[in-house]
Amino acid sequence: MANGTDVAGPTLQTERRGSISRTLIKRGEQLGLILVWLVLIGIFGFLQPGTFLTWANLSTILGSQSVLVVVTLGLLIPLTANDFDLSIAFTMTLSSILIAVLNVNHGVPIGWAILAALALGAVIGLINGLLITIFRIHSLIVTLGVGTFLHGLTLWISDSMTISGISMSLINVVIVKRLFGIPLEFYYAMGIAFVIWYLMEYTAVGRRILFVGRGREVARLSGINTDRIRIACLVCSGFLGSLAGVLYAGTQGAADPVSGTSYQLPAFAAAFLGSTCIVPGRFNPWGATVAVYFLVTGITGLVFLGFSSFIQEMFYGGALVVAVTLSQLVRGRQEQQF
Amino acid sequence: MPASAVLSTGGALAPPALVLSNLSKTFGGQRALDNAALEVRQGEVHGLLGQNGSGKSTLIKVLAGFHAPDPGARLEICGEDVAMPLAPGAFRRHRISFVHQHLGLVPSLTVVENLLIGRLAEEQLWGISWARERRRAAERFASYGLSIDPAAPVSDLSPVQRALLAIVRATGEIRADGKGEDAAGPAQGNGLLILDEPTPFLPRRDVDQLFRVVRAVVAEGASVIFVSHDVDEVMEITDRATILRDGKVAGALVTKEATRQDFIDAIIGRRIAFAERPATPESREPVTASVRDLSGGTVADFSLEVRRGEVVGLTGLIGSGYDEVSYLLFGARRARSGILELGTDRLDLSSLDPRRAIREGVVLIPGDRPNAGAVGALPVVDNVTMPVLDTRFRPWWLSRSRMAQSARDLGRHYEVRPADPTLNMAALSGGNQQKVLLAKWLQNSPRLVLLDEPTQGVDIGARQTVFRHIADAASQGAAVLCASSDYEQLAAICNRVLIFAGGRVVAELTGAEITKDNIAERSLAGAA
Repeated sequence: MANGTDVAGPTLQTERRGSISRTLIKRGEQLGLILVWLVLIGIFGFLQPGTFLTWANLSTILGSQSVLVVVTLGLLIPLTANDFDLSIAFTMTLSSILIAVLNVNHGVPIGWAILAALALGAVIGLINGLLITIFRIHSLIVTLGVGTFLHGLTLWISDSMTISGISMSLINVVIVKRLFGIPLEFYYAMGIAFVIWYLMEYTAVGRRILFVGRGREVARLSGINTDRIRIACLVCSGFLGSLAGVLYAGTQGAADPVSGTSYQLPAFAAAFLGSTCIVPGRFNPWGATVAVYFLVTGITGLVFLGFSSFIQEMFYGGALVVAVTLSQLVRGRQEQQF
Repeated sequence: MPASAVLSTGGALAPPALVLSNLSKTFGGQRALDNAALEVRQGEVHGLLGQNGSGKSTLIKVLAGFHAPDPGARLEICGEDVAMPLAPGAFRRHRISFVHQHLGLVPSLTVVENLLIGRLAEEQLWGISWARERRRAAERFASYGLSIDPAAPVSDLSPVQRALLAIVRATGEIRADGKGEDAAGPAQGNGLLILDEPTPFLPRRDVDQLFRVVRAVVAEGASVIFVSHDVDEVMEITDRATILRDGKVAGALVTKEATRQDFIDAIIGRRIAFAERPATPESREPVTASVRDLSGGTVADFSLEVRRGEVVGLTGLIGSGYDEVSYLLFGARRARSGILELGTDRLDLSSLDPRRAIREGVVLIPGDRPNAGAVGALPVVDNVTMPVLDTRFRPWWLSRSRMAQSARDLGRHYEVRPADPTLNMAALSGGNQQKVLLAKWLQNSPRLVLLDEPTQGVDIGARQTVFRHIADAASQGAAVLCASSDYEQLAAICNRVLIFAGGRVVAELTGAEITKDNIAERSLAGAA
């Protein structure tokens, strides 16, 4: 934080030179990840021109990883308010299983099954939020507990079995239908990113969330109802988690009670990595989207090069640590800026 | 010997426990200490008094090894020369120990664990016998006539028990009897305990208990430096006292021979002061804000009427409760009871929250700027527009450029530098951050403005600007309450100053009575 004394004013010339180099550094930070991503695509394309750099491969990546994009977007809403949601991937898995159970086992029309799943996600978020704000428990603990509970619930209602045969109408609007060769779910994810970006940047509510995250006491003394904001953020992440579950069920055409839970860590990695670009120092939806595709490109490329799937865990785990380190560095630099 | 300047009555055979002489400390051209000196004899309680900014805390920090004094300072401990500056923590080797106002206890750990913290940090202990440690702790408490349960968590102790625990722990560190309490290395000295304002938050009855322990410590042969604002307490517990003013020794008194007025005169310093300000006529404006029977925290039964355009100062010693009033009136802390009337609106202070207070036109500019005032990691524009997003802009379609323009206009009016609202708050100096906060809260023409230490951490240049904006807000019809321990500032801006002691108003100064010295004197005089 600033100390009590005025910063000595540099001379005009060095100030101007300083401002140019500052602008360069700023641009570099904003676009750095995108550049690294493009370089990565170039390298893999050069090494594996026949398989990696094909439209089929790229459009598959863009489409199928939309689920991860939605999970990451959901995560960054409470992260902006400085709360963690460790239950989001479990919410997603439960949501996809619920759709399958209702639709396949009980013959509920797919539309109602989806609505039920979305409502469940919002309720889970509400429970998280109430536990955190009423009992003043750290969000890490609450959502870890709730998430694990949900995982148990998922195993229970599915009998630990994969359920296939979900209505084609869902599969069609998620992955089969394409626009410019890319499955529709990609556009859904981009739409959600747009809405979140707009809410965060251009509405009073978005500003309040940012204040709650960055200075909770300041926010409270500014008349913001911090508890309500935090609860709303967790309801949003619960809702987006269950929406990701809908897309996941549509992408797979089936639901299994386990595989979705592996989305938790990559989502965190992408959210933190995303906070180092586009708007460095803040969790932001476009940065997070770029980060998801950057991570997925890296893994897909490495698998094409012949690494087996263990590389995925190593890559995601490493990326999370690197991403958090980078985002700390960016934040630290931002605080000393000027 | 320069020390004899401080020493008024000679005769002790043993060398003094501590002699500091020729001590100066310069911070960026400002002399915080100017040739100060201090002599503490063995087995005495020595008071160290002075107002805020007198150099007391700088002197303590020099002993703690936190500040290096200017060259030329000398330190003797029990007759042996000690090289200055002291390394941080080196005081332990000289059997000096500190108890600060913030006691340095871990509330969630037990009493005996807190007692052992020092040893756990420095020694490799394997197989700690908790039963034995508890027994030894109980024996030590008993030797001071205390009954504190060694197994209880510190969070269960009363405030005075915590203070006593901190003192007992500190005495353990200065003991010479080698019960494993010594720090590594050869120890010098006879033990010196420095109590840095341990009492302001304690009720009178508890202070007596604390003083009994202090006397027991001295009876064992150690010496105590008792740092305080409170003249009565100093007169009760000390044998002699050194008084600092503007970094110099303003007096060295033998407590038995001095009167209360001697102490107060030495602390404030008598200057031939004619009215330092023109007498302000009593305000005849209507009352805009009145507080009835406010109780909460330390504050008890506080009532006040503030007129339109009036600036009322609240002050007193630390712990007197003056600084809590603003937070209680804003709903930032819940009051036990009380009513705030603004015009025809009545607010129940036992259920008020900041949201409601702001809606009613009450604003608070808190003293803790980094944590409660501004978000350093966000730009000026976001900080300053926060309270008016819903009213001045379209809340569902914010225009960043209009927000920036509004922030720029405010910044110009409040003279915020640099004049770039996209900079993060943290990039601004303390004074400029405070100007941003004034802009943030005064832009809505509030009815009641609550200020807590408005110029804390604000550079000299910005002080005048802050004062002017406070005066502007008042002249536009706000009632202003300003809690501050800076008497000069209160004298500069207030129409009326209320002085607190023990949670109640004990004096009210108006018109020509409001001078820095008068405020200081009435604060020191306390309830008496």
